[in-house]
Amino acid sequence: MTLKHSSTKKSFLLASTLLLLLACSEDEKQQVITKTKLVMQEEFDGNGAPNPALWSFDIGTGNNGWGNNEQQYYTDRPENIVVEDGMLKITARQELYLGSSYTSARILTKGKFEQKYGRIEARIKMPWGKGLWPAFWMLGANIDEVSWPQCGEIDIVEYLGNQPTKVFGTVHGPGYSAGQSVSKTYTLPNSRFDTDFHIFGIEWGENYINYYVDDVLYNQITPADVEGEWVFNQPFYIILNMAVGGNLPGSPNSDTSFPQTMLVDYIRVYE
Amino acid sequence: MKNRKINYLGKTLLLGLVLITNLNCERDLSDEAIDATFAKTAEVFIDDFVGMGSDFYFPYGGSKATAWSVDNTEGYNSTSSMRIDVPNANDPEGSYAGAILRVDGAGRNLTDYDALTFYVKASQGVVIGEFGFGEDFDQNKYMATITNVSVGTNWTKVIIPIPDASKLTQERGMFRYAAGSQGTNGFGYTFWIDELKFEKLGTIAHGQASIMNGNNISETTFVGVNSNVEGIISTFNLPNGLNQVVNLSSAYLNYESSNPAVATVDATGLVTSLSTGTAVITATINGVDATGSLTINCVGTFVHAPEPQQNQANVISIFSDTYNNVPVNYYNGYWQPWQTTVSNDFSVNGDNILNYTIFNFVGIEFSSPTVDATAMTHFHIDVFIPGPIAPGRELRVIVVDFGAGGVFGGGDDTRHSTTFTAPTLVSQNWVSIDIPFANMPNLASRSHLAQIILEGGDGSVLYADNIYFYN
Repeated sequence: MTLKHSSTKKSFLLASTLLLLLACSEDEKQQVITKTKLVMQEEFDGNGAPNPALWSFDIGTGNNGWGNNEQQYYTDRPENIVVEDGMLKITARQELYLGSSYTSARILTKGKFEQKYGRIEARIKMPWGKGLWPAFWMLGANIDEVSWPQCGEIDIVEYLGNQPTKVFGTVHGPGYSAGQSVSKTYTLPNSRFDTDFHIFGIEWGENYINYYVDDVLYNQITPADVEGEWVFNQPFYIILNMAVGGNLPGSPNSDTSFPQTMLVDYIRVYE
Repeated sequence: MKNRKINYLGKTLLLGLVLITNLNCERDLSDEAIDATFAKTAEVFIDDFVGMGSDFYFPYGGSKATAWSVDNTEGYNSTSSMRIDVPNANDPEGSYAGAILRVDGAGRNLTDYDALTFYVKASQGVVIGEFGFGEDFDQNKYMATITNVSVGTNWTKVIIPIPDASKLTQERGMFRYAAGSQGTNGFGYTFWIDELKFEKLGTIAHGQASIMNGNNISETTFVGVNSNVEGIISTFNLPNGLNQVVNLSSAYLNYESSNPAVATVDATGLVTSLSTGTAVITATINGVDATGSLTINCVGTFVHAPEPQQNQANVISIFSDTYNNVPVNYYNGYWQPWQTTVSNDFSVNGDNILNYTIFNFVGIEFSSPTVDATAMTHFHIDVFIPGPIAPGRELRVIVVDFGAGGVFGGGDDTRHSTTFTAPTLVSQNWVSIDIPFANMPNLASRSHLAQIILEGGDGSVLYADNIYFYN
């Protein structure tokens, strides 16, 4: 999420890996999930700001639009982020605010909840429109010591508002970040991510990360898939945000209707 | 394609069984069974026509009727498609290609689908004017059309969202197209269509509509006046993330009046004012509020102008419901650059009224042909000013003769202007104005009368009725 995704070469490689796995499986149906012991749940059941015991805010425009020329100013105002109706609502608005043309929000569990391995999933309804770029993702908890991309980044789900049927899951690490990151797109058949809630998750263990959407396991990434050091055998923290504009999604256009809200029903972590 | 055909047959057989069973039991058909006889067939053309019957192609007037054919050498993943040869603009058989494809027989039930889709390619890159469905040359009740569709030289899929499929319980209008050569310097081209069918994509979302072009419009009316919800447009987000504008019939929307005692609205957006008060007309599409509204300010019972008493034989009428009117070029010439006057003419229980709003001046022309009023002695007009009459307010009535030349200008035009002020001018009452030609000395002739001009407006409203010459 911090930088660009995608590498088609990798996708082919991954696809063959997956096929191999499937072929080797004795089960008729591959297990999407195996970890079922709930160790953390954020149900967003309160009212008001996100629980400060779990969440911090990133405020402002970061360095160079959070590294991506993003156009939004992140605030902690209820107009941009609020817990109500049993969910977290991150709302991107078109407004002039401290020099930016858009506002939105980004929260993180850094120093408050950090997890090594497990099944980490969220139930999310996406926004729509060109330029909107919501994400549910993780960064290595050692980012302040080793910096990015050495700390590692696991993008559990990213979505672009002008591709309403697609999401993608990605890992970034040393030697395979930004344009060289390892990513795969999942396309929803006969529906869209902005009309209903869907579950986005990973099952993550030593030397593997499995990506799923609802009941579909669509990717597995292992050390064999990355051209560099595997940096995912350590704790990570969780981030939720909605960016507006920037290198990956491009700017909103006249068809983008604001405000746009990303709805998060829950985040659950299992071991 | 073949599978689908078989399915269609299967359903028909099933229905046949239901019918037979019912007949054997000597029971009446239930309503459900009757509904079910409207086929849910999705396909229109998949390498060949599906369930269209034999007489289904109806070209538009002025289009080249032979532009359309079935091409057995081209197709999307096949060797068959519909082929449209758009003629050159100067083709004597028709300057464009356009038609509807209407089921020859009972309509189809399209409520399970959310789009009409097809593959299209053209002999050159072109922008094709209109693709749509829902036109049946009867009520055209549920037309939906996308316009200016960019078509390349390789097969691409086109998606026309169904604005509200729940309305399409027995639709006969399966497809419509109109393609001209405006963008190709008047030269023809060819395009092909294949895999034309209704689909449930599940990936069309965020349907939104507007009425009154998305504005909140107010209209002053009287009891019995009809107004129309207009400026209707809809937008749907396609699976590729682009917004597609769909032009649609008004009946796709559902309308509501905030105060049905004041004004009602029917399923087609026709509003009828019933009593004094205010009612806001709004609309929804698929349960989503449309932007824009029409506020009806009904100011009560309309006071009609006095009924004219002359005999038709003694009258040359320009505008009245009592007499036969002569041909009139226009009741508002929108003369630029200084005219502000806009026409919002209305009808109250069959009485048509000229309604000039933002009135400063306006010209009425009846020059084709001009009027010979030599046998007439007077000019008559009834005017009604709803607003207050400011001190010094004038209404000037100008009668114009185009002279022997019979055309505007030419050096022989003459005119006479008659000025009216208070107390003749009053507010909220009809003012009947009669001007004898004897009192129009500047009008040299009345054998080629061609215009009536009203001047002296203050930017408010003026109604006019019963404009005629008489003796």
